[in-house]
Amino acid sequence: MRKWIFHPCGNFHERYETQLNVYETDYGRFWTAVGIVLLFTAVPLVSSHYLLYVVNSIGIAAIAAIGLNILVGYTGQISLGHGAFFGVGAYGAAYLATRWGAPLLVSVPAAGLIAAIAGLVFGLPSSRLKGLYLTIATLAGQFIIEYVLIHWESVTRGTMGITLPTAGIFGLEIAGDRAFFYLIFTLLVAMLWFAVNLLRTRYGRAFIAIRDNDRAAEGMGIAIFPYKLLAFAISSFYAGVAGAVWAYYTISITAEPFNLGLSVEYIAMVIIGGMGNMSGAVFGAVFITGLNEILRWGTDLMMNMGFVTQMGLNMAPLREFVFGLAIVLFILFEPRGLAEVWRIVRSSFRLWPFSY
Amino acid sequence: MDFFVQLLVNGLSVGFLYGISAMGFVMIFKSSSVLNFAHGELLAIGAYIFLVLATEAHLPIYGAFILTMLACFSLGFIVEKLFLRPLIGEPLIFVIMLTVGLAAMFKGLILLIWGGNLHTFPDFLPEWLTLTWGGATVQPVYTLALVAGVTFLALFGLFFKFSSQGIYMRSVADNQRAALSLGVNVKNVFALSWAIAALVAGLSGIILGIINGVNVHDLSAIGLKVFPVVILGGLDSIGGAIVGGLIIGLLETLTGGYISPSLRDVVPYIVLVVILMLKPYGLFGQVEIERV
Amino acid sequence: MLLKVNNISVVYSDVIQILKGVSLNVEKGKIVSLLGSNGSGKTSTLKAISGLLKPENGKVTDGEIIFQERGIHNQSPEAITRMGIIQVLEGRQPFKYLTIEENLRVGTAARRDRSCRQDLEMVYHYFPALVARRRSKAGYCSGGELQMLVIGRALMAKPELLLLDEPSLGLAPLIVKEIFGIIKKINEEQGATIVLVEQNANMALQIAHYGYVMENGKIVMEGQAEELVENPDIKEFYLGVGAAGGARAYRDVKSYRRRKRWF
Repeated sequence: MRKWIFHPCGNFHERYETQLNVYETDYGRFWTAVGIVLLFTAVPLVSSHYLLYVVNSIGIAAIAAIGLNILVGYTGQISLGHGAFFGVGAYGAAYLATRWGAPLLVSVPAAGLIAAIAGLVFGLPSSRLKGLYLTIATLAGQFIIEYVLIHWESVTRGTMGITLPTAGIFGLEIAGDRAFFYLIFTLLVAMLWFAVNLLRTRYGRAFIAIRDNDRAAEGMGIAIFPYKLLAFAISSFYAGVAGAVWAYYTISITAEPFNLGLSVEYIAMVIIGGMGNMSGAVFGAVFITGLNEILRWGTDLMMNMGFVTQMGLNMAPLREFVFGLAIVLFILFEPRGLAEVWRIVRSSFRLWPFSY
Repeated sequence: MDFFVQLLVNGLSVGFLYGISAMGFVMIFKSSSVLNFAHGELLAIGAYIFLVLATEAHLPIYGAFILTMLACFSLGFIVEKLFLRPLIGEPLIFVIMLTVGLAAMFKGLILLIWGGNLHTFPDFLPEWLTLTWGGATVQPVYTLALVAGVTFLALFGLFFKFSSQGIYMRSVADNQRAALSLGVNVKNVFALSWAIAALVAGLSGIILGIINGVNVHDLSAIGLKVFPVVILGGLDSIGGAIVGGLIIGLLETLTGGYISPSLRDVVPYIVLVVILMLKPYGLFGQVEIERV
Repeated sequence: MLLKVNNISVVYSDVIQILKGVSLNVEKGKIVSLLGSNGSGKTSTLKAISGLLKPENGKVTDGEIIFQERGIHNQSPEAITRMGIIQVLEGRQPFKYLTIEENLRVGTAARRDRSCRQDLEMVYHYFPALVARRRSKAGYCSGGELQMLVIGRALMAKPELLLLDEPSLGLAPLIVKEIFGIIKKINEEQGATIVLVEQNANMALQIAHYGYVMENGKIVMEGQAEELVENPDIKEFYLGVGAAGGARAYRDVKSYRRRKRWF
């Protein structure tokens, strides 16, 4: 049996392989296992309907945000079209399910692939464009996809929207928040696992090299363009899968939610969570989705109070204001994101009371 | 043919307005390489301040105008001081995200104060600004836009090429650390560029408000239109902003007139991507010098 | 004494201590050279003096830096440059999109008077290579020209104290020689005080009056340049000649390995 590693008091890496380990200590491995078990047992049991809905929304957002983090945080290509790819996934699943009666196990990965192809197409400008110019090209992608989703009526049924059939796996019906909770979080764990491990492969290292210095990466023999395309495809695949699940979850979809606002929200998740950090994407999803829900709840509460409605005030703009304020304050006070906060908290516990 | 000429004129005038609106945006980019997502809101704020001063405070129109410009200038200054200064030296994406947050804040604030309805300015432009040229007449507001556009273009050109402040601004955008090491007051440079940008934005907001009425949704939509405009012209070229604006304006009205009105918002983006593939730094943008 | 650095320690991000009690003195009109291997804290020392630690989240936690009888530690770079301390950053940091002449004009930012004609002439006098390229963008110039440009740019500020960080980095030996010659000339003719950080100890000690050797964030040795050149340790570790003088066979070096004695 190998030696258990609990709490090294220094850097004891002896081989390069050990630095690639996901967990430095068996401690971390243990707590992750505990966390997953708790997530799947305790959370659905104690949560109310509404809370479970929020948790599910977080899970879906986290899947998409992880994808975006691969592209933005690890490959360094800022994309403003993630919301549109999410929409492509949603429509892909809806189309497959309604026209061809595809079961969930087929339609969700297929929708991911469709989104990945869309991502490939709109990642093509990255062959020539860099930095902010590329960002604007992805913004163009966002608007073009949005237009197609609304106007390609033979497939998307335009503004009518599509209603999906009930989802099912092997005859097991997936309906209701709890069933979806298991579906979403199984997917989330699997896709997080894939993403974390992807970054330990040659592909992941190529992404990071391109982010840090694309010229140098090219000099090392990394073919930049195929890798950038791959990053676009993988990231859109994540968005597509998230969108597909979301489509099943909300049952009826229209093109309206997949706008620039959604793309910006995903970027906000990645940045607030912490770019180039996988747990960061999850933190960001929790933060942004949670903030949205709290604000919705807060404004609803205020709307129900008599004096506000009497004054004829509309509280919806207040929500927007506070949302903006939260992002601004966050970036001002902790630009490295929630993952960094988490790291500082952990390491200050570890190092206490000698900070250096 | 008449229809075509009509579209042409419309397109050019709309495009020129886009170009003017984009100038402030380019100003910020040139000094700090920041994409300002709150630009549309800056336009709106300028228009609303003018609206309040002119219609509710009943100030004489020129007094209101000058006060608005002053207010916009200070607003840009304050925004930079409060929100952007702490981020000097951080990676750009954080600053860009911050402007996204600012955009939401401003928009919410404007909606809270003025609501989402359309407001109009009183008709105040003097008759003599109406130009007749052959058979065509130019509305006074377009004359104003033309004069403002050309003036700013010339002023900015001279400013960046010859004045010390202009050269410092470019040096800061170029290499912030080196500028700092030579004693360039980076903070002042940023504050000044935001103040000027807000001033220009306020002016274009007023012009847009005279033509289309004042409404925060419309104006912040223009803030998004600015992106293809400046990218097409090249992010750091003020003259390019005008040319980009004209091209986008023409594309919009022509597709709206000949193909389908629903396509008019998308075609500019398609053309944008195509042009970028041919010229990755826009039509007039500075080609990035990369040395390994 | 123009500059007095008194027992400073520098900490980055509140956790990483780079300098552990560095003291040095710079006399007016002299060239002082700061030697040491990579990561020994030379650049951090310069940054502590010029105030450029701040943007990198570092600060002077202990000790003091006194320039012309005034404490300047932890002041903003703008304030320090206005007192006349200009640092030339490591690795040539030109403004790539500005022309050579515009680059030089930025150098006057720290001055109150902005009349730059005369100073431009002065810089072109020292660096004639720049004249031909005055209208071209700095991004397209060669490494040697850029090094001249950044030194000239700093001269435009009429500094009381010039901090040069590795002017020889990545340059051909002949160009290095030329640049060091010019540095010496500037020191003699303009009376400029210079702190010179270098890896190329040989060149640096040739033109410097006084030298300090840094190791692990501490000053481990100091002395007149002539004395340092003669010091056997310096010879072995920084000048690359053995204690007995002259290059020796690899075999001999192996059989008798001197060790650095200062840890």
